[in-house]
Amino acid sequence: MERILMGEYDVIVVGAGHAGCEAALASARMGMKTLMFSINLEAVAMMPCNPSIGGTGKGHLVREIDALGGEMGKNIDKTFIQSKMLNTAKGPAVHSLRAQADKHKYHVEMKKTIEQTPNLDMKQGEVTDLIIEDGRVCGVITKTGTYFTAKAVILATGTFLRGKIFIGSSAYESGPNGLAASTELADNLKAHGMNLRRFKTGTPARCLGSSLDYSKMEPQYGDEKIVPFSFMNDEVGENQALCWLTYTNEETHKVIRANFHRSALFGGQIEGIGPRYCPSIEDKINRFADKERHQTFIEPEGLDTDEMYIQGLSSSLPEDVQEAFYKTIPGLENLRIVRPAYAIEYDCIDPQDLKLSLEYRTIENLFCAGQFNGSSGYEEAAAQGLMAGINAALKIQGKNPFILGRDEAYIGVLIDDLVTKGTNEPYRIMTSRAEYRLVLRQDNADQRLTEKSYQIGLATEERYQRFLAKKEAVAAELARLEEKTVTPAQANDFLEAKGTSAIAGRVSLAELLKRPQITYGDLAEIDDETRPELSAHEITQLEVQIKYEGYIQKQQAQIARHKKLENRHLDESLDYSQIEGLRIEAVQKLNQIKPNSVGQASRISGVSPADINVLLVYLEKKKRGQ
Amino acid sequence: MYLDDTIAAVATAMGEGGIGIVRISGSEALPILGKVFCSVKKSYVKGGQIENDAEMPDAKKLFLPDATGETIGLPIENRRLTYGIVTDNFTGEMIDEVMAVYMKGPHSYTAEDVVEIQCHGSIVSLRKILALVLKNGARLAEPGEFTKRAFLNGRLDLSQAEAVIDLIRAKSDKTFDVALDQLEGKFSKKIKEIRADLVDILVNITVNIDYPDEDIEVITYENLVSGLTGVKTKVDAMLATADTGRIIREGLNVAIIGKPNVGKSSLMNALLKETRAIVTSIPGTTRDTIEEAVTIRNIPIKLTDTAGIRQTDDIIEKIGIEKSKESFNKADLVIFMVDNSTPLNAEDYEIMENIGDRKVIVIINKMDLDSKVQRTEVEARLPKAVIIEASIANDMGIDRIEEEVENLVYGGEVKQGDSMMVTNVRHKALLEEASQSLADAIGMAQIGEALEFLEIDVNRAYEVLGQIIGEAVEEDIINEVFARFCLGK
Repeated sequence: MERILMGEYDVIVVGAGHAGCEAALASARMGMKTLMFSINLEAVAMMPCNPSIGGTGKGHLVREIDALGGEMGKNIDKTFIQSKMLNTAKGPAVHSLRAQADKHKYHVEMKKTIEQTPNLDMKQGEVTDLIIEDGRVCGVITKTGTYFTAKAVILATGTFLRGKIFIGSSAYESGPNGLAASTELADNLKAHGMNLRRFKTGTPARCLGSSLDYSKMEPQYGDEKIVPFSFMNDEVGENQALCWLTYTNEETHKVIRANFHRSALFGGQIEGIGPRYCPSIEDKINRFADKERHQTFIEPEGLDTDEMYIQGLSSSLPEDVQEAFYKTIPGLENLRIVRPAYAIEYDCIDPQDLKLSLEYRTIENLFCAGQFNGSSGYEEAAAQGLMAGINAALKIQGKNPFILGRDEAYIGVLIDDLVTKGTNEPYRIMTSRAEYRLVLRQDNADQRLTEKSYQIGLATEERYQRFLAKKEAVAAELARLEEKTVTPAQANDFLEAKGTSAIAGRVSLAELLKRPQITYGDLAEIDDETRPELSAHEITQLEVQIKYEGYIQKQQAQIARHKKLENRHLDESLDYSQIEGLRIEAVQKLNQIKPNSVGQASRISGVSPADINVLLVYLEKKKRGQ
Repeated sequence: MYLDDTIAAVATAMGEGGIGIVRISGSEALPILGKVFCSVKKSYVKGGQIENDAEMPDAKKLFLPDATGETIGLPIENRRLTYGIVTDNFTGEMIDEVMAVYMKGPHSYTAEDVVEIQCHGSIVSLRKILALVLKNGARLAEPGEFTKRAFLNGRLDLSQAEAVIDLIRAKSDKTFDVALDQLEGKFSKKIKEIRADLVDILVNITVNIDYPDEDIEVITYENLVSGLTGVKTKVDAMLATADTGRIIREGLNVAIIGKPNVGKSSLMNALLKETRAIVTSIPGTTRDTIEEAVTIRNIPIKLTDTAGIRQTDDIIEKIGIEKSKESFNKADLVIFMVDNSTPLNAEDYEIMENIGDRKVIVIINKMDLDSKVQRTEVEARLPKAVIIEASIANDMGIDRIEEEVENLVYGGEVKQGDSMMVTNVRHKALLEEASQSLADAIGMAQIGEALEFLEIDVNRAYEVLGQIIGEAVEEDIINEVFARFCLGK
C-alpha cells in the first residue's frame, strides 16, 4: 500500500491518557512541534477507573507535576467536586491531597487546554507501527496507511495495547471502557525487538445513584477549607458532592464464594499479573478469608451524571453474580448497574529496558510512559508522561536529559524504582517507597522543582515569579519571626490559653511556633503590625520549616552522605564484562540496566557492596590511566 | 558504602603478637582519639636520662583535648608516638596503656587523617578499644577498605589495583562465610525474632501512613511505646550477653578436668606456651581454678584449669574443688584428661558420669608410659567424645588438641578466622546502634511525635539488625503490608 505523508513533527505522542496529555503538553510548551494521537478523542484524559486524583503519595506526584509546569494539578483544581487533605493527624511529610473529579469535565477541560496550546496538534487515529531507521525512531504509521515523521516518539498506550476484557467466562479484545483495543502496534513493537509482557487491572461496576438508599450509608464530607493542588491557585471552588461509606457482609462473601469458579480470575483465563494493592473483591475474599467485612466508598462520577463508582469492589465475576453480590450491601439492595465491573489485561514493557530519561534502551529517541511502563494510576502515568515529554524535547534540542534524584522528588523515586529495580506487578507509588520522605513534602514541591523546570524552559515566567515571591516571603518572615521577641507579660496569657507552658524571659516568635500547640495563625494575637499577609501555601511552608527543622536537617545530612555515590557518573558505553573482579551476576545486571551513577548501580538487586567497591577501584584506575 | 565517613578496624592479626593496633581513618579520626585517649606525662627526659614519674596518672595530669576534638591542647603531634591511656568516655573505665600516633592526611596510608592506637595484643584489649572507637562514631571498616581508600585517594600504585580488587573480593567473601557460620545458632535466630517484631510495627506504621482511608486498626502511641520497648528489651538483653563475655566477647569457655596429677596444668601451659600454673606431682597443687585467656588457632578461649574434684578434708582445697565444679558446669567444652599410667578409678568414672552428653575431648595423657587404660572403656562411657592420645610432657598430641578445638568451633569448615572476632565487634556495634535508634523512637512515641518521623528510627533499627545477618531491607515491609492487609481502591 502506498503510504501518504500527512505531517512532519518534532514529537509524536501515541496515546492521550494522563501520560499522553502531559507528554504532549510538555513537549509543545518546550517549543516542539507536537502531535498527539488517540484511538478516540473522547478518551483524552479519560478516567476509566476511580473518579479521583491524588491520595497518599499520588497527591505528592500531582504537586510535583504542577511544580514542574504540568497540567494535572490545574485541571483537577478546575474540575473537582470534593476535596480532602488526608493524613492531617500525622506529620506534614505525609499530608496528601485527594480530590473527587467530575470525570467528564476533567476530560473536557484537559482537551480544551490541549486544543488551545500552541505547537500542539491532536488527531483521532490508531498508530499501528513505528518507522525505525538505523536503530532510531523517525515516525509513525497509522491504520489508514498515512504516516507522520517525527524526531522523537513517545509511547503512552495505557491499557489499549492488545487490551482484553474479562467478565465471567467471557473474554474479548477491547480497550478500557468499551473503546477499541490496539493490536497491530503490539505485533510491530515485538517485531522491532521490544519485549512485551502482560499486566492486568480491573474496575468495579457503576450504578445509578437514584437506585441507592443513602440512609443506610455514612456520608463522607470534604474539607471545609480547600487546599488547591496547583501552586498557581490560591483559591479554588467548593465541595459540591458527597461520598458514602458502606460495607460488605457475610452474605456478600457467601455469594462470591459460591461463584469463585465463575470468576475469570480463578478460571485461569487471565495470564496477566495484577497489582496486590488493588485486588478484586473475589481476590480479597479468597486471600483474607477471615475478614468479616470490606469497606466500600460510593463516589459520584460527576455532576452531570447519576452514575456512582463502587470503590474497592472491582470484579471479573459474571454480571448476574455481580448484581447479586452488590445487592447484599446495605444501601445497594436495589442498585441498577449501568456499567459492569471488568478485569482488563494489556501489553506493557519491562521498565528495566528503559533509561532513567525514559528513553527505550535499544531504540533511540523512543520514549515510553505510563501504564505501558508497568505502572498503575493516573498520577504515576502523568508523572512519567511529563518526564518523557521533557526528555524527548531535550534530546531533540541536543541537551542533557532531565533526571530527578530520589532525594529530589517522588517522580525520581517512581522512575528509579521502575528502571533500576523493575516491577513484577503494576507499580503504585507509596510514601513508604521514598527513603527521604521528610524532605519530599507536598508543601514544598515548588521549592524543590520549579527552578529546575524553569531552567529547562518548561515552567512559565509567571510560575517562576510566583515561586520566587513565595520563597522570598517565607524567608523574610522566617527571619522576622526569629528576630521578633515577646516578653512574658506579652505572651503568658496567650500561652496559657493555648495550653502550653509560660515563658520566663524574652522569647522569639519562631521559638514559640516550634511548640506543637501553636500555629502561625495563633501568633497573630501577640504579634505586631509588621506581620505580613501570607498565602496559605506560604504559611504551610513556614510552619513546616520551623516546626520540623531538626528532623529535616537530619534527613538532609543523610542525603549528603549518599550524594557522592549518586554523583559518580557511569558511562553508558561501559562494558561491565571487561571489569575484572565483578561477579557474573553483577556483570549481567549492570550490563542490562547500564546505570547512570554508582549510586544507581548500588540499588540494583544482585549487585553487592563488594561489587560496588570493585567498580570504584576500576573507575579510579581508568581515571589515572587517562 | 559511604566514601567519606570514618572507619576503624584492628590492623594487626587478632590474638597473636604482643602488640595490637587499632587503626582509624577519616575526618573524624582525630576527634575520636581526643574523646578516648589521654596522654600521660609519666616519664620525661631529664639531663639525657629518662626519669620516671613515680605517681600514677591522675585526672589533673592528663592532657585532655577540648570537647570539639580540636588539636588545641591535645598533646598529639603529627607523626609522633604519644604515650597515654585509653579510657571509656562513657563509663570512665580505663582500658589499656597505649601509644597513639596521628598521621595527618594526605601523608598517611589512606591519604586521609589516620590515627593508630597501639595497645597490648590481647584480644580483650583490642576488642574493647575498637568497640569504644566505634561507639564514638567510627564505622567498622569493610574488609580491605583501608587499602581501597588508599587506592581511591591515589596512594597506591596503579599496578596494585588488581591486588586491591582481590582483597575486596577474597576478604569480603570469607567474612561473609564466617559470619554465616557463626549465625547458624541461636544468635541469628534471636536477631530474626527481633526483626520479626519490628516488621509487625513497621508494617503497622506503613499501612497507617499510606492507607489512611482503609478499614484498619489505627495505631496508638501506647501500643507503639510498648511494642518498641519490648523490642528494645530484647536487643539490650543480647547486648548484655555480649558484655558479660561468653563466646561473643571473651571466647569459648573450656574447662580442663581430671583427677589430680593427670597433667592438667601441663596441658594448660602447653596451650599457653609458657609456664604459669604451678606444675608439681603432688596432688592438689592447683589450689584454685586458674583462668587464662588464650587463642587457639585464632579462636578466643577462656581456659579453666580446675583443681581436681577428689574428696578431701582440706578446707582450702575444698573451696578449690567447689570452684572446679562450677567452672565445669559453665563450660562450653570440657577437656577430660585421663592418666594412661594408672587404671581408671572411681574418680574418673564419676567425672565421666558428670560429663554425660556435653561436648568433650578426652585426652589420654602420658602415652609414653605403660598403658593401664583401655581406650574402648572410655569410648563405651563417652560415645560422643573425641579421644586423643597424647604425651603433653613430650609435646605430643598438642596439635591434635588444637585442631579438635578448632573443629568443634567451626565445624571444621573455617580454617583461618580472625574475622570471627571482627564480626563480633561489628555485631556489638550494630546492636548498640539498634538499641539507640529504638530509644529515640520510643522517646518520640512518648511525646506523640508524627509517625513518619519516628518511623525513620524504627526503620534504622530494622536495617541495622538486618546488617548483622546479611539481610537487606529492600521491599520487605511493603511486601508484608500487602500480605497482611486487605487494601484496595
